[in-house]
Amino acid sequence: MDQLQFDDATKKELASFLEREQAHARVNDSIRNLTGMCWDKCITSTPGSRFARGEESCLSNCVERFLDTSIYIVTQVQRQQQQLLQAQGDS
Amino acid sequence: MPDFFKTSSHTQDSAQGTNARKEAVMNSIRSELALVNVQELINKATEKCFAKCVPKPGTSLTSSDEACLARCLDRYMEAFTVVSRTYTARISRESSQLRGAAAEI
Repeated sequence: MDQLQFDDATKKELASFLEREQAHARVNDSIRNLTGMCWDKCITSTPGSRFARGEESCLSNCVERFLDTSIYIVTQVQRQQQQLLQAQGDS
Repeated sequence: MPDFFKTSSHTQDSAQGTNARKEAVMNSIRSELALVNVQELINKATEKCFAKCVPKPGTSLTSSDEACLARCLDRYMEAFTVVSRTYTARISRESSQLRGAAAEI
C-alpha cells in the first residue's frame, strides 16, 4: 500500500507544515506547564465561582516573571561563558 | 491485480488525488495534536482539582466534593485562558526585539 507516496514539492510542503505544527505544539506545552505552575502559586483559596481578589493578576504576573527568569538565566549563563573564554584567552 | 491499484497509474486525477491525500494527512496531524493537548490539559486539571477538592478521599465523592470539582475545573480552564493570553501577548511583544531569547524559552 503506497498511499503515502508524495511528489517532492508536496513532501516539502508537508515537512514545513509539520514543523509549524510542532512549534505550535511546543507553545501549547509551555502554556499548559505554566498554567499548572502558576495555579499552584496563585490559586490558594478553595475554587469559587470566580477568581478571588488578586488571583487573576497573580496568574499573569506569574507568566511574565517566569519569562523574565528564563531570559535572565540564559543571559547569565552566556555571560559566565564569555568570562570563562576571556580567562582562557588571558592565560 | 485488483481494480483500486489501477487508479494510481492515471495521471489525470493524480494531482487532485495528491492534494486530497495531502489535506487528509494535514487534518489527521492537526486533530491528533489537538487531541493530545486536550487530554494533557484534562489530566492536569484532574490532578490539580483532586488535590484541592478531595483532601481526604472517603468511600465516595460527596456532593460538596463534586461542587468543588465543578468550580475548580471552570477556574482551571479560566487560568489556562489567562496564562495563554499573557504568554501570547508577551511572545509577540518580545519576538520583534528578542527573537533569539524568545526561541530558547
